[in-house]
Amino acid sequence: MLDLATPFTPVSATLGGMIIGLSAVVLLAANGRLAGISSIVGTLISLKAGEPRLERAAFLAGLVLGPLVVAAVRGLPDQTLVADGAVLVAAGLCVGAGTIIGSGCTSGHGVCGVARLSPRSLVATAVFVLLGAITVFVIRHLI
Amino acid sequence: MRALFALLCGLLFGIGLTVSGMTNPAKVQNFLDIAGAWDPSLIFVMAGASLVALVGFRLAQKRQKPLFAPRFYLPAARRIDARLIGGSALFGVGWGLSGFCPGPAIAGLAWGNPQTFLFAAAMVAGMALARRFTPEAPEPAAAPAAE
Repeated sequence: MLDLATPFTPVSATLGGMIIGLSAVVLLAANGRLAGISSIVGTLISLKAGEPRLERAAFLAGLVLGPLVVAAVRGLPDQTLVADGAVLVAAGLCVGAGTIIGSGCTSGHGVCGVARLSPRSLVATAVFVLLGAITVFVIRHLI
Repeated sequence: MRALFALLCGLLFGIGLTVSGMTNPAKVQNFLDIAGAWDPSLIFVMAGASLVALVGFRLAQKRQKPLFAPRFYLPAARRIDARLIGGSALFGVGWGLSGFCPGPAIAGLAWGNPQTFLFAAAMVAGMALARRFTPEAPEPAAAPAAE
């Protein structure tokens, strides 16, 4: 497991986090929307009328372009995947279904909801961090 | 104008995720590996993001309405129920297995790794299945916020 070790980077983590927070603030101030990625993706694929599809598609386009802007300045950082094949697909299904059923993910609950001191989001965040930690413990230390 | 600001915010979000290192699933999974190669960086990302948002949201909501929309669209749900807990638990399992949550999975497509596309496709399929087979969740747009 040592080959997977990553350095603790508190400065870039805090700076990147603050940029994410700024994005969430501008989106609320300008468009009145919360920057919850699972909700943005989830409603984009829905067939319901009246959803602001263009806004959501534009946000996701920006989300993919963001890393390329960073890449132009200082190159793309590492992206090391830790799962593949059937495990990766199963994980994707869990993340997709779980965030729709639980009405949010790390951005909607973990950032926006926590910032709004929403009790639902605080509970959701505690639950997904706990289950994430248990899952990693099982796959890295028990299996 | 709303689409332009959405694009700008998406761009900022993607830059923030990349700068913070959260587009690297190994780094995220290491945050969850408290008993092993623990990398606490993710706490600093969430703290930085939520502190800026905590202050910024309050300032933004001092106005009657957003700059370019008729009202603020905030979640109406208040109940902590089995749906919230079960969904979040399922998400946590997938997050632990892969080190991906929805934001980094979409932003991560920029790396062009076919495996990331596979994950994103499975994630979208999971979302579609959940929308098809579970009762309607309270929409973020449902709140009767100040008109």
